[in-house]
Amino acid sequence: MANFKLPKNSQIGTGKSYDHAQGAKRSRTFSIYRWDPDSGENPRVDHYRIDLDKCGPMVLDAIIYIKNEIDPSLTFRRSCREGICGSCAMNIDGTNTLACTKAIEDVADDVKIYPLPHMSVVKDLVPDLKHFYAQYASIKPWLQSQTPAPPDKERLQSKEEREQLDGLYECILCACCSTACPSYWWNSDRYLGPAILLQSYRWLADSRDEATGERLDELDDSFRLYRCHTIMNCAKTCPKGLNPAKAIAEIKKMIAARSL
Amino acid sequence: MKLRSALGRVRGLGSAKNGFGHWWHQRLTAIALVPLSLWFVNAILAHMHDDHAAVVNWIGSPFVSVLLIALILSLFYHAKLGLQVVIEDYLHDEPYKLVALVAMKFAVAFGALLGVVAVLKISLGMA
Repeated sequence: MANFKLPKNSQIGTGKSYDHAQGAKRSRTFSIYRWDPDSGENPRVDHYRIDLDKCGPMVLDAIIYIKNEIDPSLTFRRSCREGICGSCAMNIDGTNTLACTKAIEDVADDVKIYPLPHMSVVKDLVPDLKHFYAQYASIKPWLQSQTPAPPDKERLQSKEEREQLDGLYECILCACCSTACPSYWWNSDRYLGPAILLQSYRWLADSRDEATGERLDELDDSFRLYRCHTIMNCAKTCPKGLNPAKAIAEIKKMIAARSL
Repeated sequence: MKLRSALGRVRGLGSAKNGFGHWWHQRLTAIALVPLSLWFVNAILAHMHDDHAAVVNWIGSPFVSVLLIALILSLFYHAKLGLQVVIEDYLHDEPYKLVALVAMKFAVAFGALLGVVAVLKISLGMA
């Protein structure tokens, strides 16, 4: 059965509170999920009250400030700080998003931060994405073509053909959508999830790719593709404003077109 | 201990290559059920105050019998497809899943047959 209760060793306890906002004009409390695999303890939520005038405007600025100034043990991934690498994907204020593009101002109350839902946690806000990346590798995310490329120039695409990739190529594989999807929570062992299916469609929609049939063969499976029940959490949560549910619908339409 | 690679686990047993049929039939039965259900509710309301003989006589007409059988078949087939998804979504223990799927399919088939035979009995004048 699907698990509706956290196992005993995952139940969240109360953590520590730090007040670093004495005399601050603008302050905010960040409640952050903490778990250290080496401690043997259950996860907890620590509360950090900080002076907003001492850090930048984004949630990522705040957690970098906390790590630098208050608690160096706080662990999270980050790299580009401008929404293009996808490293700092986490659950902020109940929604999966990128910490670097989420403004603190846009959160009404205390800023609650958890790792991406329903993933194994490596430490604190770092989820284990090994399986997610293996799923990405399984769809062969590269151009497959028998026709050799012209020797002296690139493979050509018309303007209209290139436009077919708009709304697809922007995906940064941050995993916000897949980890917001209940179907992915319950069945990620076989269901590819919205992020990987959008990436899959990115190659199905590419006019230069010649492996469309083989790609569709691999997806025509009641678990890999059809576990999508179109509840649209993916489109709602995507920090890049993309629509994985639409890409999934397009794949279903392609399979229908060749089956009927 | 499981030392199989992540990619090996993801590829698993490969694609079943038959997911489309289930998806398409669910949509076909859904489309069929829209007019059939509207007709059925409307007809039941219209015959609400009729006596037993009048209702039997009404069901016995070929047009009504065929529509009723179409409704029963679409409804139970649609239910089978939907319940299958629910079981596959939430039951992860393989033996239990298999038993649940088989039991569900038998139960739905039984319900459908019961309905069809009941309509046929009236329709063929055996009731």
